[in-house]
Amino acid sequence: MKTNNLILQTATKVLVFIILLFSVYMFFAGHYEPGGGFIGGLMASGAIVLLLIAYDIKTVRKILPFNFIKVTATGLLFSAGTSAGALFFDKPLLTHWFTYVHPPLLGKMSLHTAVLFDTGVFLVVVGVTMTIIQTIGESE
Amino acid sequence: MFDVMLYIALLFISFAMVGLVYRVIKGPSVPDRVIALDGLGINLVATIAILSIILRTSAFLDIILLIGILAFIGTVAFAKYLEKGEIIE
Repeated sequence: MKTNNLILQTATKVLVFIILLFSVYMFFAGHYEPGGGFIGGLMASGAIVLLLIAYDIKTVRKILPFNFIKVTATGLLFSAGTSAGALFFDKPLLTHWFTYVHPPLLGKMSLHTAVLFDTGVFLVVVGVTMTIIQTIGESE
Repeated sequence: MFDVMLYIALLFISFAMVGLVYRVIKGPSVPDRVIALDGLGINLVATIAILSIILRTSAFLDIILLIGILAFIGTVAFAKYLEKGEIIE
């Protein structure tokens, strides 16, 4: 029997962008408010899981052509590189640093190297979660 | 006075949640239980909203959107499993 899930697919096209925006907001709010890399990565993988439910696994592979094991490796490289970068400036391991910059349109911003460490956490969480779900979903 | 009204609202929401839990336990078919679990999630959103008013904090407002998204994804996954027998095809 060919089932028609047009309503689910149309709702998914709108909802995935809202969930991804929420995950990016949670990621960047983590320094001053509840949130951070872990919950942001979990919500981003929740958006990809919604795509996997509405469409099949081949279509999602075509939409997001990532090898999620390599995404995990990139995240670990980010975190390890950020924590090891302090050694080049004669500081202990995992020392973080921030500075104020003045980009043209955005006004005064503080750039912190902890954001790079959090990016690594985000990528590791997305990669591990999607690897688990795709491995379980593919096995017959 | 305002806090008393909020506590009364919490009491009524907890009565509604007890009714939904009864439907989860007793429900004759599986879709009844799925709908009752979805309703429990929505009532949980209302409980957290009223609690964050009582505690006078805005730290829980992200949790409301989070529980809404998670309840939707869970219900959709359950519905697809009941209809097709597999969640990811």
